[in-house]
Amino acid sequence: MFPIPKTASIPLGQVLGAPSVSLVNKGDRVKVGQLIAKGEAFISANVHSSVSGIVTKIDEVTDTSGYKKPAIIIESDGDEWMEGIDTSPEIIRDCALTAEEIIVKIKESGIVGLGGATFPSHVKLMIPKDKKADYLIINGVECEPYLTSDHRLMLEKGEQILIGTSILMKALGVDKAIVGIENNKADAIDHLSKLAAGFKGISVQGLKVKYPQGGEKQLIKALVNREVPSGRLPIEVGCVVNNVGTAYAVYEAVQKNKPLFERIVTVTGKELSQAANYLVRIGTPVSEVIQKAGGVPEDTGKVVNGGPMMGKSLNSLESPVTKGTSGIILFRASESRRGKTVSCIRCAKCVSVCPMGLEPYLLAQFGESQRYEDAEKNRVMDCIECGSCAYVCPSYRPLLDYIRMNKTQVGKLIRSRTNK
Amino acid sequence: MNDNLLTVSLSPHIHGNMNVRKIMWGVIIALIPAMLVSFWYFGVGAFLLTLIAVASCLIFEFLIQKYFFKGDVTITDGSAIVTGLLLAFNVPSSLPWWQMILGGLVSIGIAKMSFGGLGKNPFNPALIGRVFLLISFPVDMTSWPLPIENRLVLVDALTGPTALGVLKEGIANGQTISDLAKELPDYSRMFFGNIGGSVGEVSAIAILIGGIYMLYRKIISWHIPLSYILTVVLFSGILWIINPEKYIDPLFHVLAGGLLLGAIFMATDMVSSPMTFPGMLVFGVGCGVLTVLIRVFGAYPEGVSFAILIMNAFTPLINKGFKPKRFGEVIKK
Repeated sequence: MFPIPKTASIPLGQVLGAPSVSLVNKGDRVKVGQLIAKGEAFISANVHSSVSGIVTKIDEVTDTSGYKKPAIIIESDGDEWMEGIDTSPEIIRDCALTAEEIIVKIKESGIVGLGGATFPSHVKLMIPKDKKADYLIINGVECEPYLTSDHRLMLEKGEQILIGTSILMKALGVDKAIVGIENNKADAIDHLSKLAAGFKGISVQGLKVKYPQGGEKQLIKALVNREVPSGRLPIEVGCVVNNVGTAYAVYEAVQKNKPLFERIVTVTGKELSQAANYLVRIGTPVSEVIQKAGGVPEDTGKVVNGGPMMGKSLNSLESPVTKGTSGIILFRASESRRGKTVSCIRCAKCVSVCPMGLEPYLLAQFGESQRYEDAEKNRVMDCIECGSCAYVCPSYRPLLDYIRMNKTQVGKLIRSRTNK
Repeated sequence: MNDNLLTVSLSPHIHGNMNVRKIMWGVIIALIPAMLVSFWYFGVGAFLLTLIAVASCLIFEFLIQKYFFKGDVTITDGSAIVTGLLLAFNVPSSLPWWQMILGGLVSIGIAKMSFGGLGKNPFNPALIGRVFLLISFPVDMTSWPLPIENRLVLVDALTGPTALGVLKEGIANGQTISDLAKELPDYSRMFFGNIGGSVGEVSAIAILIGGIYMLYRKIISWHIPLSYILTVVLFSGILWIINPEKYIDPLFHVLAGGLLLGAIFMATDMVSSPMTFPGMLVFGVGCGVLTVLIRVFGAYPEGVSFAILIMNAFTPLINKGFKPKRFGEVIKK
């Protein structure tokens, strides 16, 4: 159990979508699990307090992006939970709610995709009328190297994950669910396979270890051999993908009435003395988490929120843990800087590793010469920003940086076209 | 630790630890077996020639980077050494030293630096150097010292034709393959390298070892070498079946001349070959067809250099025409 932070800074914009709207004012008393901000837009999510105490201010804090964003700051004085949250260790298997009720419950509980993308889960479950899902895919692949939080969760909360999976199946109206786990987590495959025998329609499938298999399009391809068309969502091929962490959060919300106010965070670094997975309250400053894990080592040069391939480096350790914080990774100073960029030697490694079949070297050239129309024609918007191209580049070229710049500019082009 | 000292950068935050230097030095290591074999068969001549070629490539690259480009000197990245080695491997061991230096100047100065240096050259620099020498000094470039007996001879070595040369001339004079059989080296000699030829091309086994090493290190992929060699086997095999007295068997084509060296070390040059796997296959097939066409129907006995250079010219077109398989394209409505 991780200590409760003295001050929790809970950002309003923790979701891939519109920021939530605060429901509390300075001086209000809140309890753990109390709704403090509402996701009013279609793609947004509720936010709950992770501590009990007094709202001291609604201010701006530096979040993961490095910018100041509005957040509710709560001074904690104890650990008083909302009534109605079931804190007993008992595992509840049966769920009497209807599909609509489940979705409402998930929405109320502020659940978002916990793999790191933080897309609101209830939106994923609301399938457009003209589409039909036939597979629920549970992502146990552990989206990035270094992170082990999903692995731990599968070993310790396997049954709850599968109950959460059944609940999600019910909400979607599908009768088949596949849990995809990479073969390097044999113990998790073993454990969940045994448990899955007791659940109808859930199977566990081992997968070849391969980055970026945690990307939902890649995972669907690997498990059911369907390819999501360019620019479309997984529902196009009848699939909905959720992370194991999300399935667990769904279990807690629906069966235990517990909203999402804490999550498992992998805290790791070569010099960190107590690197481990911690259950951390949302809003805890990153510095406190690192303190608990052994303190910031002398030689630290970079701290990343998320995984090493897609995470964001922090410019302040006071930024809070959010719903999307899958990991906190400390890099030594010597590992923090990029290598010196030299000429592209056209080795084609970036082309051969791109999971989307793009040509990163070419897209980077278009970025350099600001040829955004050409970048668009070469499908730059398909890029999932997995970072594989920049990872393999022997010339240390900032391929993904250029591709991101392209995507921003192409996005503007597309919007200006549709606005005409 | 101060908060202000944190490095902030975009993802990814880790790197695969492969770099240009490692790739180039990997190629150099892969060339060592062929180099040792060449020293064994061609002795002092091969050694000195290799030394001169590498040194001249390094010196020209250094001078051009320092005094023309006035920028960073990057000769330690190994790319000039690779060019020098390959250039030396593609000429006879008896080539006069000043011609070798001239070859180095053309390879580095014209074929590489005039386009902007590493990564910018459309053609394989070593092959440009070789073809320049072949056209400028046709006699010196086609006098092949006999292996072993000339180990310690530096000038006036005993020379003899290459296997491909014997074949070309014999066929041109109206002889049949069976007539020529006595004059041609047997396959085991060709496999180990006890034949006349360019410094580094003679030993099939040494080149294959280097190729396997590069495949293992993932410096090259199998696409170009395999499609190249298979195309040569297929094309020359068809001709051989049609008339085995006029056209020699495919194994001869594979072992003779510079095919293996070209397919494994020259055609796979990252800079001047296509970027996608389908493109690489097209490139390899093109090289194979051109090689056999030149060898069998052309004026020169050997066609590997020209075939690769011609296909180099097609590389930009191939890159345009053969895109990787895009994810999500198959079921697009």
